Parts: sequence; C-alpha cells; structure tokens
Amino acid sequence: MATVTVNGKEVEIGASERLNCIQAASKVGVEIPAYCWHPALSVVASCRMCLVEVGDKKPDGTVAMQPKLVPGCQTPAKDGTVIISDSQKVKDARKATLEYLLLNHPLDCPTCDQAGECYLQDYSFNYGRGYSRLNEPKNIKPDKTYIGDQITLFTDRCIMCTRCVRFTREVSGSAELQVVSRGSHEEIDIFPGHPVNNPLAGNVVDLCPVGALCSKDFLYQQRVWWLKSQSSVCPGCSTGCSITVDQNEERVYRLHPRTNEKAQGHFMCDEGRFGWKYTHSDQRLTSPEARTNGHVTSSDFDSVLGSVRTALKKAAQGKGKVAAVLSPWMTVEEAYLLAGFLKSLSGEVTLAMGPVRIEGKDDQFPKDVKGNVVEPVKFTIRAEKAPNRAGVEAVLSHFAGDVMPFEELLRLSSTGKFSAVYLVGGDPEGWISEIQAEAFSKIETVIVQDILSSPVLKHATHVLPSGTFVEREGVFVNHKGLAQMIRRSVRGPDGTRPDGRLLWELAERSGLIQTDTLRSEIASAIPALAVIGNAELKVNGVLLDEAVVAV
Amino acid sequence: MAKFEPVLFARINKPDSTSLKTYMADGGYARIKEILSMAPVDVINVVKDAGLRGRGGAGFPCGLKWTFLPKDHPGPIYLCINADESEPGTFNNRILMEKDPHQLIEGIMIACHAIKSNNAYLYLRYEYGRSYRTLDAAIKECYAAGLLGKNIKGTGFNLDIVLHRGAGAYICGEETGLIESLEGKRAWPRIKPPFPAIEGLFRKPTIVNNVETLCCVTHILYRGKEWFQSIGVPPDPNNPRDPGSYGPKLYCVSGHVNKPCCVELPLGVTARELIEEHAGGVWKGRKAKAVVPGGISMGFLSDKEFDTKLDFAGPGKVGCLGLGTAAVVVIDDQTSMVDVLFNCCRFMSHESCGQCTPCREGTAWMTKILTRIRAGQGRLEDLDLLMEVAGSMGIIPGTTICGLSDGAAWPVKNAISKFRGDFEEYINSKRATVTSAQKLMEAH
Repeated sequence: MATVTVNGKEVEIGASERLNCIQAASKVGVEIPAYCWHPALSVVASCRMCLVEVGDKKPDGTVAMQPKLVPGCQTPAKDGTVIISDSQKVKDARKATLEYLLLNHPLDCPTCDQAGECYLQDYSFNYGRGYSRLNEPKNIKPDKTYIGDQITLFTDRCIMCTRCVRFTREVSGSAELQVVSRGSHEEIDIFPGHPVNNPLAGNVVDLCPVGALCSKDFLYQQRVWWLKSQSSVCPGCSTGCSITVDQNEERVYRLHPRTNEKAQGHFMCDEGRFGWKYTHSDQRLTSPEARTNGHVTSSDFDSVLGSVRTALKKAAQGKGKVAAVLSPWMTVEEAYLLAGFLKSLSGEVTLAMGPVRIEGKDDQFPKDVKGNVVEPVKFTIRAEKAPNRAGVEAVLSHFAGDVMPFEELLRLSSTGKFSAVYLVGGDPEGWISEIQAEAFSKIETVIVQDILSSPVLKHATHVLPSGTFVEREGVFVNHKGLAQMIRRSVRGPDGTRPDGRLLWELAERSGLIQTDTLRSEIASAIPALAVIGNAELKVNGVLLDEAVVAV
Repeated sequence: MAKFEPVLFARINKPDSTSLKTYMADGGYARIKEILSMAPVDVINVVKDAGLRGRGGAGFPCGLKWTFLPKDHPGPIYLCINADESEPGTFNNRILMEKDPHQLIEGIMIACHAIKSNNAYLYLRYEYGRSYRTLDAAIKECYAAGLLGKNIKGTGFNLDIVLHRGAGAYICGEETGLIESLEGKRAWPRIKPPFPAIEGLFRKPTIVNNVETLCCVTHILYRGKEWFQSIGVPPDPNNPRDPGSYGPKLYCVSGHVNKPCCVELPLGVTARELIEEHAGGVWKGRKAKAVVPGGISMGFLSDKEFDTKLDFAGPGKVGCLGLGTAAVVVIDDQTSMVDVLFNCCRFMSHESCGQCTPCREGTAWMTKILTRIRAGQGRLEDLDLLMEVAGSMGIIPGTTICGLSDGAAWPVKNAISKFRGDFEEYINSKRATVTSAQKLMEAH
C-alpha cells in the first residue's frame, strides 16, 4: 500500500493502481481541474490547468517540496507523495491559466450548446477571475461546419486541449483531426476531404470540455439544464454500453456514454448514440387490438389483455398447443414474467428464442489507415445487434431446459402444431420477414407484442403495443455476462404499455409492477441469475457466471 | 592578456577550408583511429573532466549528459546534432558548418563512439542551404575516404550520418521538439520525464548536442582537458553548484555596431569588450543603450551592466536568463525599447508552438498589448499587466513543457524593469510609431 497526502489528508492507494495526482486527489474528494487530461487518452500535460505543488515525504517525516508547480496529470502518485492543491501559488496559477484560456474565447454562452455542462464555465466560476483584462480585439476564427456529418466545430470556442485529436489517433485510429497553424492562431481541423465520419465520431463531442465540437443532432435543441438524465444501457448491440439518456418533457434528446470500466469504458458508437430515433417515430404501434376475422373488435388495453388471456388459457388446454417467442430485446424480468405465466398455464408450452440479428463481424478499434485492427483493442461494436440474448437465454434455459432457436419454432409452427403463439418483437430494424411470417398464417391465435409494424401483424389476432428501451425498466445482460439496468426515462406514447407492466397485468399479478421485488424473485428462482438481486446492479452492473454467456 | 588564438575558427579563412584534403593537411582526422580505439567511457570522462558545457543555450554539462544513457543498452542509441540555429542574432553554427564541416563531422564521430551510437541525425535548419550543400559534400567525401560507414579505419566502429533539413520553426531547436520533428511529427516538445537520454528519437535513448559543442569535443580530445581548462572562467568558489565556464566560445555580435561579426574568444569577455574591440564600436558614433547577452530570450543588459562577464553564470547575476547562444545584439540609444520589445514579442508569439496555454495565449497577448502601446493607445497600467503576464508565463523553473515560454517572458521582464522610463515616456507622449503597412503585417 502507498500513502499519499492530499492537502494534509492522507489516503491509501493500492500498489498496482498507478494513479496520477489528479486521480489520487479525487480519492479524498479534492478536485484538481484539468482540460487536456482524460483517463482514456494519452497524457500531453499542455493545458496547464492541473498545476499543483508536489513533494516527497521522507521516512523521517520531513517533506521536501519541488520548487516549481507540476502538472498533476503527468505526475505519478507514489508512496509518500505530498500534493498541495489549495495554496495561493496554485490558485494564482489556475487563475492565470483560466484568464489565458478565456482571452480569445467568444464568451457566447447564451447561444452555446455546452453552457451548463461546460468546464470552462465551471472552472472559471470556481477558480477564475470575474473579468477579462484584454483590451484588444479577440482572434476571430471561422466556424467549421464541414468537420463531420454529425459534428460541427465552433473554432473560436476551442481551448486546444487536443482531446479530440488524440481520440481520433488513439481510439478510433482514423486520425482525421489535426492541429493546424501555430501559437494563438492554432485551430483544430480535418485533412481536406476526410471528415470525421468514423463509427465512433460522436465521442469527440463528449470529450470536448467546452462548446467547440457540437453534435449537429443536438445543436440548439435544448438547454442542458432543462434535461433530466437517467442512467441506462444502450440496446444497439451486445456490447451493452453504459449510457445516460437525457430527456425533457417526455422526449429523448440525446444519449451519451457513461463511464463504466466493467462495460465498455468511456465511449460509445454513433450507431447507438443516434439509434434511439425510433422511440419517437410516428410508425410506432399505438393501438392495442383484438381482431376477429381481420376486423378489430376491441381496442381497449384491458379488454385486449383479457382476450389474450382467455385465448391462451383456451389453447393451453390442448397438449403442447401454446408456443412463445421471447425476443433478445426483452429484459430479464419481462422474459421471466412471460415464460413464467405461460408455464403456469401449461407445462407443455414451447418457448423459443427470438431472432438475434447479426450484422457482419465485430468491429474493433483502433484501426490503422488500411483498416487493420491495432492491438490493444479499445472499443468493439459487436455484430450481435441485440442487447439481451444472454439474459433471455438464461431465463429460457431455466424454464425450457434448452434454448430453441427461432427457425425451429418457425418449422414447428408451419406444421400446424400450435393453436396459439405469443410473439415478442422489439427490434427496431425488424425481426421477421414476409416469408417467415407465413408460418403463423394458419394459427388460430397469434399475439404480437411489438413496438413497430412488422409483416407478422397481418396474421395477428391480438396486437399489444409495447415500449422501447427508454420507456422500460429492467436488466440487460451483455456479451460477457454483465447484468446492467435500463431505466425508464420517458413515458411511451398513448396506447402503448411498457412490456413489464403489460405482462404483469396479463399474468394477473396484484398491484403495480415492482421490478425490485421481481428481481429478488428471479434471483432466488434462477441460480444462474442469482447476482441480479445485488445492489451493485444499479450502479455499474454485476457479472453473471461465465456459464450463462457461453453459448 | 595575450591575444587569443582561435581554435574552432582556426581554419575558416583558409582557402578551400571545406575539403577533406585541406582538413587532413591541417592535422584533421590524424588521431581519429586512436580515439576510436579508446574505451567509450574514457572518452566520456575526458569530456566530462574538461568541463565542456553545451553551447546550445542551456549550458548543460556535455559529458554529464552522456552519462545519463542507460547502461548496457542493446541499442540502437542515437545522436542528434542540433543545427536548427534559430535564436535571433545567432549565426556561429552556420559559419562552422559552411567553413569547416569536417571539424563537426570529426566531433560527431567522437561523440557517437563515446555514447556507442551508430546513427547520427544532423537536424539542419531549413534555411541554411549552403550549409546543407557543404555538409552533404563533406559527408560524401568521408564515406568515400572510409571515414564514415562500416568499420571505420579498421576500428570496427560503424557510423552513418543522416543529414535532415528542418521544418522551419524556432521550436524545432528545442531538443524534444527536434526529435518529434525528426520523427515526422509536429514539433511539439515532449513532456519530461522521460528525458531523451532514456527515451528519445524513435523511443530509443538519444543524445542531442549542439554543433559548436561537438566541434569543441574534437579539440578536447586532440589537445586534452588541461588545454580546455586553461581557457575561460573557473568555477566560482562561493557557489558549489557552478561547474565553471571553460573553453572558447563563438560570440556573434550584431545590431547597431560598425562591424557585425562572429568572433571566437575565451568565455568570460564582457559586452563592452566585444563592442569596442571586436565589433568596431556602436555605429554612427552613438552610444549603446542595451545589449542582448545571448539571443533575445535571455533578456537585456542595461548600459550599467556592460561589464558583466559573458560566461555561463554572468548574465544570470544581473537578472538575465543566462548566456544562451552568446548572440550579442547591440541596441543604440536612438532606439526605443518599446519597439525592441515589440519585435521580441512578435517573434515569440509567431514561434510559440501553441501546446501549453500560458505560452500560446500569453505571447500573443503581450504582442497585442505592445501593438496597442505602439499605436499610441497605451496606458501606464499596461506595464504592470505586461509584468504580470510575463510573471505567470515564465516562472523559472517554468510552468510549461519547454523553455520557450520562459524565454518569451524574460525580455519583457527585463525590458520593463530595466528601461521602465523608456516605456513611460513613450506611453505618456501618445506617440504612434506604427505605419499602416506595419499594421497590415502585424495582423498576420
């Protein structure tokens, strides 16, 4: 163990932790402001914001301080390191650095997207001076709207921390961004004809500590202080990036990554980042329907659910007449509710795994100019475009013993084996083709629970409009067995119900759905999922047994 | 004192001084075989004991720097020769390279042998076209004569010298900026540690030495450390940290003098001697107002300080940053220090690499303030502001990655503290010395 003293307070750090002074100080709750330093990028120590006094405590108790201020980001915290971040010398240096940074900054906070979550604002407020002493004209640099399809650059707001440049060089590997010119005329720019359009491009917007790099998608949509944030998980692929969903007045405005070393680290891909638009699509299913001979006989949720229940109970009287498709887009709780309900109707029910969409191969970063992956891999966009295959499989193996693939169920369905099928969709890119849907054309009762229209709807006798990942709460298990929680951010459109509530009511459980209680029930019922009852689930997630994911 | 016989400049006025034939006729390469057969550590010790300090500006002891290399490194180890001479007023390396390239090449061979390097990269300032051609020809001559390449003179020592023309920036002369530039990147100085001796060019141990330093190495090996220590200023007995200023030094005298020149003298001459005895006095019969002791980033000597010894310790005693490159720039009494300082600041803001915030913004800000003062809109408070900005930019040892920031701040501190009257008079007179053409130029 190593002991580091921060402003007189001692803190123990692990011998193998390899922390710098900023990280060591944060352990005792002391913030050392920094712009250029980012835990996932290389150290350049150029912003000079994190200057601190550093010394060494000798074994005899005397402290030898270094005469100059050193950057906290570059200085390792070792046993006996003494960090002072609240001396007048440090405060003066910070004040001077902030004054320099604001010299040519346009101070256009009223029209800047970053205002409210801007480190330049925060640090100026905490450490800076209240006014500028610049009497001369500021440097004027042109805005660069061509920097990427999703990204725009307000050049004059830039403080040259070069986080974005390092990101494209070190994480995406595409190296589109560079610094041009010299001195105070420096600007971030792209190489001509090579805009920042790599699959991880959106991260440079999050990395930018000021309002220089902005997302065109979010630009001028909302003031950030209107937004309410909810931590969640990206459903775009089986990587299961930890994210934050920002919404206002029941409308999602953006997703951004939430740092979680257990999941993906610090970043997320653009596919996931901008992949929530279907939530507010006008193509959403918003009308529950019970149909007889193609005519809608009921469009009231409670009566449709009643009709579904009656139809299932009727079919369950026959031997092996009921089948269900559980989608990899369901949460563990939803899968458990549905499977449990159907099992309670008949022990002979057939449970199958819904289609798991695979697109190409896992896309790994960084890549070199030729597109070859460079070790060590820092980010992976997975080919498996479903968030919870592992979790649903765990539920299926519990109830059905093994996992029946979707194709097998299609085959059985077309033989006319079943008289009722319960199909759960949820994949916004579509999950069933016209030809596959034909397998259900002869079945008496076809219940479809989905968010968007699909070819199978024309054979449906019951339609249950359900919720997207921002409207539900529950557990997703990613590719390596990390169980994380998605949380409800917005209410779904009228005429939809979150899957959990819908299934809870279908199963005629009493009261309102309580996912906490439900999770404890699952944890005790399914040994493979025992850990999801842990409190840590709600923070950074918990890892399941490896056996669950090994399929 | 007897007249000093030039050593580094001994051959520069001889006919055909650049050719291998005349160099060898003057005794060059005569003992190279013997030196290359010495144990490397012995070579380092000779240089270390001689007390040779780097001529590039910082004055770091050369032999000591060589000992920082990791022991028993499997290699490769690189030597970089810093010939990116860009400090305003400095032109001694240029003369050495244009007039006596073999003296430098012999120094490179000895240094590479000492640090066990087989690859030397000569980073030459791009603007030095003639130096490039001379060196290129000299290196080719050496290859042809078996003085470079494999198994030099049968000693088993291999050495290749790569001549690299620089990227045209002041910052490329900073040792880690030079390494970055040599690697093909933007010349942004690296954060230290690791120092280049541990991890430098291509992430291998690297030594960066100045041209003049390496020329001195040749002579130290030929004439011995006693000879070297008989020249210059011994260490100050009252200062245990002073390693002394031994050896000959090339002083470049320019500015308002009758005869701008580069002269070789023992370390420790005074600015007054240089002006009066070697540069033919101040021009037009005027008096000198200020003298830059060693390149503009070292600050200014006022007329009371002209008798300061220009050795490694001298300028520091009167508030300058150091000896620097020993480029003495003389400013006469008809020149306004406001204009001089403006020129310094404009240079530094143009050359700031833009990596660290204080230097990037501070140099530009000081230039803007001085531009305003020169436009007749100065206020007396501006002087305090300039001092404060300079103070937060360059606190020795500095708050930035490299020394450019300190070097940019020092002339401001020196000029305002030593010539405050000049500035106050200028501001109070509301004079505007900027012409519209200059204004246009300054906009860039």
